[in-house]
Amino acid sequence: MERNLMKGNEALAEAAIRAGCKCFFGYPITPQTEVAAYLAKNMPKNGGVFLQAESEIAAINMVLGAASAGVRTMTSSSSPGISLKSEGVSYIAGCDLPCVIINVQRGGPGLGGIQPSQSDYWQATKALGHGDYQLLVYAPCSVQEMVDKVTLAFDMADKYRMPAMILADGLLGQMMEPVTFPEKKTEFEPKPWATNGHGGKRDHNITNSLYLVPEELENSIKSRYERYEVIKANLTEAELYLTEDADIVVAAYGASARVAKSAVNHARAEGIKAGLFRPITLWPFPVKEINEAAKNAKAFLDVEMSMGQMIEDVKLSLNCSKPVEFFGRTGGVIPSPAEVLEQIKILAEKY
Amino acid sequence: MNYDILLAGFGGQGILFAGKVIVYCGLYNGSEVSWLPSYGPEMRGGTCNCSVCISDEPIGSPLVVNPNVLVVMNTPSLEKFIDKVQPGGLVIVDSSMVDVKVERTDVKVCYIPATELTNGDPELKGGANIILTGKLMAETGIADNETIKKALEHVIPPKKAHLLGNNLKAIKLGMEYQA
Repeated sequence: MERNLMKGNEALAEAAIRAGCKCFFGYPITPQTEVAAYLAKNMPKNGGVFLQAESEIAAINMVLGAASAGVRTMTSSSSPGISLKSEGVSYIAGCDLPCVIINVQRGGPGLGGIQPSQSDYWQATKALGHGDYQLLVYAPCSVQEMVDKVTLAFDMADKYRMPAMILADGLLGQMMEPVTFPEKKTEFEPKPWATNGHGGKRDHNITNSLYLVPEELENSIKSRYERYEVIKANLTEAELYLTEDADIVVAAYGASARVAKSAVNHARAEGIKAGLFRPITLWPFPVKEINEAAKNAKAFLDVEMSMGQMIEDVKLSLNCSKPVEFFGRTGGVIPSPAEVLEQIKILAEKY
Repeated sequence: MNYDILLAGFGGQGILFAGKVIVYCGLYNGSEVSWLPSYGPEMRGGTCNCSVCISDEPIGSPLVVNPNVLVVMNTPSLEKFIDKVQPGGLVIVDSSMVDVKVERTDVKVCYIPATELTNGDPELKGGANIILTGKLMAETGIADNETIKKALEHVIPPKKAHLLGNNLKAIKLGMEYQA
C-alpha cells in the first residue's frame, strides 16, 4: 500500500470507519474538530450516522443509546468537553456497554488553552466520572498508532463490554505523518445482550446502571472487577527502547515520549546510557514491562506535559525500587529534546 | 540527511501549503517525515508557522525548535526565529516582506523578493510561498523536479488542479533566481 500523509485526527476518524463504527456523536472543540469534520463527510458515505449534538452531554448519551443497541459507536472531544461527558461515561460503564471515546487533550483546568497537553491522565485512568469503574486507555504516540489503537480499542471494548479511550493530544491530532490502514472490518462478534429489535423472538434485554439493593450492586461491580483482572493480565502494552543496559530510564507516553526518545538518542550520542519506557496502555498500566525496563536502571525520569500525574503510577509500579524524578512542561508548552537531555544529564551525574 | 525545516509568516501566505509540498517531496523520496502546523488564533490573520521534518531516521519530536532550514515571509517571524537556527543552517527570506537583514554570520542567508516577483503576472498570483519553496529545493536538493511535480499534484486540491502549471512556474522561478 502506498504511504500517504494524514493528520492524526483524520487518520483516527478513518480508522474508526474501517473498524465498523456506525454512529458518531460529537460536538466541535479545538484541537479535535477534524475528527468530526472528517466523519461528517465520510460516515454517511459508509452507511453510518454522523450527528453533531447540541452539547457534549447530549453526544455521550447518544453514544449510550447506540452502544445499547449493539452498534459500534464513538464520540470525540478535547479536555473541557470530556469533563462534560463524564456523567455519561460513568453510566455507560455502569451498563457494561462498549464504546470508544477520543480525548485530544489541550491545556486545563477550566477552558485552559488550545495547545497540546497531557494533564488529563488522572481523569482518564482514575476517575472519568463517579463510581467503581475503569476505562481501557490507549496512548498512541504517532499517527500510525492512532489508527492501530482505534482499531484495537473497538475490538477490546466489545470483547470486555466497557468504554475504551484514546488519550491523544493536540500535537498528535494536528500533525501529519505517513500512515497505512487496515482493511475494512466486516465480521463482528454477535452481541446477544443488545437492546435491539427482535420481532418477539426472545425475552427483551435491558441495559441498566441502577441497583437499589446494595448486594446486587456490589455483585455487579465485583463481576466487572473480575474482568478487569483478566484485562490487567492480558492487555498491557509498552515500548521499551534501549532500556536493556540503561542507567537512566525516561518514562513518557504520547507526544512527550517522542520528545523523550529524541533526548535519549542525544544522550546516547554523548555516552550516557539512557533508555525509554513508553506505556501504550495507561490503564491497565504496564507494571510488568516497567519493571523489566528497571532491571539495570539507576534512576527513572518521568516526563509529561503536565505537572506530574503518570509519575504516581510509575512510582507505584516500581514499588519504590528505584528513585523517580520528574520533568514536565504544562499549559500547552511542549518540552524540547534539549530540556529533557539536560535533565537526563543531571540524573546521570546524581545517580 | 536530516532536515528540520521551519516555515513562518502571516496566516494566508500559504505557509502550511508550502510545508505540505516539501513534506510530500520527502515522503516520495522514501524518507521519514512529519508535518506539524501551528493552530489556533494565529491562523486567523496573525503569525503562522509550520514544522517539517525529513530524515533517514524515525522522527522524534515533530516540533522544530532549532531549524537547520528557516523560511520566513514576514519580519516578526524572522525576529522570532533567527536566533534559533542551527549554526551552518540555511535561511530563506522573502525580502519583499522583510525589511531587516540577518546579522548572524554563521548561517547562509538567501534573500529573494518572492512577493514582488509575483506582481504583474496573474499566473504567479499568491505564489510567493512556492517561489520560496523552489529556492529551498535548489539550495537543499531535497527533491528533483519530477518529485516536486508529483508532490504538487498531490497537494493541490482537485478543484484547483488547473493551477499546477502556475505552481511549476513559481518553483522554476525560485530555483533559478539569482540575487
